[in-house]
Amino acid sequence: MTSHSPASRGAGRGGGLRARWRRGRNSPPSKLRRRAGAAVRLVAALMLAGGVYTFLAPSVQAQEDVALSTAAQQGKEIFDNSCITCHGRNAQGIEGRGPSLIGVGSASVEFQVESGRMPMVRQEAQAERKAPMFNAEDTQKLAAYIQELGGGPQIPSGPLTHDMDADPEALSRGGELFRLNCTSCHGFGGGGGALSSGKFAPSLTDVSERDIYAAMLSGPQNMPVFGDNQLTPDQKRDIITYITGQLQDGGDPGGFNLGRFGPITEGLAIFLVGITALVFTCLWIAGKS
Amino acid sequence: MKRRKLDIGAVPGNVARGADERLQVATPLRSLLNKVFPDHWSFLLGEIALFSFVVLLLTGVFLTLFFDPSMKEVVYDGSYTALRGTEMSAAYASTLDISFDVRGGLIMRQMHHWAALMFMASIVIHMFRVFFTGAFRKPRETNWVIGVTLFFMGFFAGFTGYSIPDDGLSGTGLRIASAIMLSMPVIGSWLSSSIFGGEFPGMLIIPRFFIAHVLIIPAVLLGLIAAHLGLVFSQKHTQWPGPGRTNENVVGERMFPRYAMKQGGFFMAVFGVIAFMAGAFQINPIWLFGPYRASEVSSASQPDWYVMFMDGLVRLMPAWAIEIPIGDGYVIPPMFWPAGVLLGVLAVLPMTYPAIEARLTGDKKIHNLLERPRDNPPRTALGMMAISFFIIATISGGNDVVADKFHISLNAMTWVGRIGLLVVPPIAYWVTYRICLGLQQHDREVLAHGVETGIIRRLPDGRFIEVHQPLAAPDEHGHTHLEYTGWVVPKKMNRVGALAPAIKGFFFPIEKPSEAPVSPGHPPVDPAAKREEVGSSH
Repeated sequence: MTSHSPASRGAGRGGGLRARWRRGRNSPPSKLRRRAGAAVRLVAALMLAGGVYTFLAPSVQAQEDVALSTAAQQGKEIFDNSCITCHGRNAQGIEGRGPSLIGVGSASVEFQVESGRMPMVRQEAQAERKAPMFNAEDTQKLAAYIQELGGGPQIPSGPLTHDMDADPEALSRGGELFRLNCTSCHGFGGGGGALSSGKFAPSLTDVSERDIYAAMLSGPQNMPVFGDNQLTPDQKRDIITYITGQLQDGGDPGGFNLGRFGPITEGLAIFLVGITALVFTCLWIAGKS
Repeated sequence: MKRRKLDIGAVPGNVARGADERLQVATPLRSLLNKVFPDHWSFLLGEIALFSFVVLLLTGVFLTLFFDPSMKEVVYDGSYTALRGTEMSAAYASTLDISFDVRGGLIMRQMHHWAALMFMASIVIHMFRVFFTGAFRKPRETNWVIGVTLFFMGFFAGFTGYSIPDDGLSGTGLRIASAIMLSMPVIGSWLSSSIFGGEFPGMLIIPRFFIAHVLIIPAVLLGLIAAHLGLVFSQKHTQWPGPGRTNENVVGERMFPRYAMKQGGFFMAVFGVIAFMAGAFQINPIWLFGPYRASEVSSASQPDWYVMFMDGLVRLMPAWAIEIPIGDGYVIPPMFWPAGVLLGVLAVLPMTYPAIEARLTGDKKIHNLLERPRDNPPRTALGMMAISFFIIATISGGNDVVADKFHISLNAMTWVGRIGLLVVPPIAYWVTYRICLGLQQHDREVLAHGVETGIIRRLPDGRFIEVHQPLAAPDEHGHTHLEYTGWVVPKKMNRVGALAPAIKGFFFPIEKPSEAPVSPGHPPVDPAAKREEVGSSH
């Protein structure tokens, strides 16, 4: 309406509704009529497009009608209680609060909920690991709900590591892949590392096989997705074999590992242990006379 | 034939006489063995470095026997399963063999590395001692310069040492070193390509660094250490001022037997601490780092602690590249300033400090007596300023680990480092200066008024005063006029004999000290008289 000229607006106001009708019937189509027609045509076109889209593409709304399994139905109840605040109705996401969960798959749900990262304490750079809020059963129900809602990657069944006795080379293949793909953030020793602005790559020292697999599949938080095109399921198993078999259970042949943080803790140790011990020795030796 | 009876007691004398008759060593040896060393715990810090160096030589020889400094590609087939079948350089494979297949190899490697850290750490604390006590003053400026050079030779010895295993971490360090060389204007590319024999990494750097690490640098270190000790011998050790100690004499113990025995014991203590750390703490687990590949850079890659300050300065430097539009254009990368210019300044400034201080104070006298740090506030404050700078730069060298483990944003750590590097040293200067003045003031106060006894006395007019124990006979105002001699002023009553001295033990006194009199002004309170039973017989 803002494009109306002051004159025509004045005429409309002065003549009242009836005048407008009459004038409209007798004169060529006014601006108002042209606009109204355009609006009707636009709405019609939109409805047509929307209708076609609704038929051809699976829409969020359409999912509501999908019959959920019992587990998913129970998962939905948990979701509507604990997750809906940020992830929104039907897991569509809420701008500025939480992302849509359509298509993230059960792998992502398992990773986030099992490790306690979700539900999040507050909005910050990155969710922290903490004691999980839901037990394994509830987590599976939630995962089933999200999976049935939008699909997405799932953790495969079967073992997630290679048997080191049957396939001893898996460890060195995994090490190679780990150094190539993972160390730039998680570090050589898997102790984790800092990213920018408070984000970080968490430590891998006490992470379960399923969590590692789920993380590679879903790329949680700031981690890139390592889909099956980048790392085949077999290569993922190699990496998990290396992380659990070498970094977690391989032990440290050289003694206490000082957190595997590298030279920074070694430098701290030489002053706190070595120099301190020897300065006391100095005091002792010089004091004995 | 009758055998002559061997007189055991005469053997040492006979052997010594025989040696002297042939080699004429008695006179020089006598003066050497009778050489007097002042005894103070802080004079032993430099010895830690000397003894660590001996450990380094011993373990280093062992490692050299098994190390193969070659960049030839081999396929690892040792007992560490997680790398079996991996292609790597022979240098890395032989380091893995030292760690896993050579008997005692891992502890030797760890001892070598811990001894290197200990060598550098003790050099630094020894340097602090020398700096803060003014031991670098005339005539010992040369020895100070040698000492600073020793630090930087140790720096390069360490860098070449942890580079030659050719593992993932050391390769990253070499890459940074090559980048620092490349950042030098004009000479950069020539320097880098002549050291690496072409483009980084090439095939030459490991054998070259190996020769530098096992031959050239140790030879230089050995020569410098010999010169350092020779100068200490010929110039005599400094001593603290105190009773009977002057600028012209040295009060202490003879080299032989006591001092030599103490030093022998101390060597074993240093060896023991290094061996303990090597057995208890894992250092540089190269098997986790994998062979060096240019594409694999781990998070939390840092150099050893004595190089970390440089890494920290590089991390803190803002990205200020200078572009010079001549010809195809030249760039002076920001890295050049912290890693090139600042490193040069940090090397030259300490070396010239004795000259600068002498120039500013106009002090041209010979000093054999040390100064307590409080007695020269500007120097002490400057030293603390330098230390705070070094510590902030060093922490910034590992700021990603600090950020991650203490849940601080890495960006915040960088800014804390940038601002801290500029703000904290002046604050450290000011605080140290005030503390020095306060300590001086307190010394003078005790000399003028005496030691606080902790006894409060109420005067007839109702005032309370604390009783002070004067250190000499006071004048009519109750003041004593004692000269400050540059040595410890007694500040507790025990120090002036209020308590009988405890008999020395290692941690606890072996005997209990005798009971103290209640106050110096009053006779001790007699125990209550023993009561006698009241009887009826008298």
